Amino acid sequence: MASQTIETDVVIVGAGPCGLFAVFELGLLDIKCHVVDILDKPGGQCAELYPEKPIYDIPGLPIVTGQELTDRLMEQAAPFGPQYHYNQMVTSLRKLNDGTFELETDDDIQFKCKVVVVAAGGGSFQPKKPPMPSIDEYEGTSVFYSVKRMEDFRDKDILIVGGGDSALDWVNNLQPIAKSMTLLHRRDDFRAAPDSVNKMRELVAAGKMNLHIGQVTNLHGSDGVLSGASVKGKEGEFEIACNTMLPFFGLTMKLGPVAEWGLNLEENLIPVDTEKFATSERGIFAIGDINTYPGKLKLILSGFHEAALMSQEAFRIINPGERLLFQYTTSSSNLQKKLGVA
Amino acid sequence: MAKITFIEHNGKEHIVDGENGMSVMETAIKNMVPGIDADCGGACACATCHVYLQGDWADKLGERSEMEEDMLDFAFEVQDSSRLSCQIRVSDDIDGLVLKVPEKQF
Repeated sequence: MASQTIETDVVIVGAGPCGLFAVFELGLLDIKCHVVDILDKPGGQCAELYPEKPIYDIPGLPIVTGQELTDRLMEQAAPFGPQYHYNQMVTSLRKLNDGTFELETDDDIQFKCKVVVVAAGGGSFQPKKPPMPSIDEYEGTSVFYSVKRMEDFRDKDILIVGGGDSALDWVNNLQPIAKSMTLLHRRDDFRAAPDSVNKMRELVAAGKMNLHIGQVTNLHGSDGVLSGASVKGKEGEFEIACNTMLPFFGLTMKLGPVAEWGLNLEENLIPVDTEKFATSERGIFAIGDINTYPGKLKLILSGFHEAALMSQEAFRIINPGERLLFQYTTSSSNLQKKLGVA
Repeated sequence: MAKITFIEHNGKEHIVDGENGMSVMETAIKNMVPGIDADCGGACACATCHVYLQGDWADKLGERSEMEEDMLDFAFEVQDSSRLSCQIRVSDDIDGLVLKVPEKQF
């Protein structure tokens, strides 16, 4: 049962550049949006994969980083008062008899809306699952990719694998309540913040935890309960005893629940028409990297164009029978008022 | 120009021509070599173009950059011969390069 129900015009799935620009284009037509994203921040791939890397093919911006572009799109969308719901994934989408939609997230929010815009890029960012033999058998019982409740890890023999901030943060946070703590990384160099690395090294020096250099080759245990991991290091193979393992190998994109929403799919992409960017289901649109059509280019600028055309049709669905007047932001006092510049 | 040999996990060889200035990853994608995913498109941000250099190529190509080293933390079964193919530039110097593609980019 959802803990909160929100009624709105449009739910946008994905807060990447296309989702953010859709807020703007829909906003010009007085359409209110809620945006859901699995990451803890806006920007999608721009913010997660390459915040510092320059993009050279945004019209009018000869050079802009992923983070700058995200910041500017957020600023551009702000006058329309969108509401963002981060750290959650839309898990289900249902069409009701009256043609409206009901969506639920894995953080117990329920949305009721008239239009859904899938701007989910390459899918949702999910933790990478290391391809260790038999890891599936232990997932959810002994192997975890995130920490939801710290208490669940009390008095466990924990093995954390990785060298970034997630790995080091959880080493330092869980060490005090764990029965034993071991960190395993492939090299004795860590990407994580120097503070966390120093803290970990102090714990090691004080004999409160173990640090090993190597890579897991195999897992041991029975009935879903882990008893240890075989590790290959520079000096050969050895075993680490543990009943809980937390691998932190970064994020990867998986199509995720979008595949279960009853939409037609072609090789994990959603086919749309190029007039309205509508999917096989009336009221559901797909824009950006997640859609496909003849001639599709996976460029941010294509997604912007798609957002603009999609918005026209979304208006007609939300306001049946109403005439849509095409206006320019340069000359329309009505649009300028909405943007807060008139 | 450089002849580059990609060896798939199952042993199948793909011998392709690399154009100077392109990356080895781009050369693989252009020639549809299976097993190089390159999710991020060459930004050294995903570690899904992981390859193993064969023979003495690891010595010839020199050290990995710090960024590449960091990103390899996200790859699986990293070895001394591991590189991210988006970070290797094609030039006449790498003519004859041989590399293995891992079983899975994950």
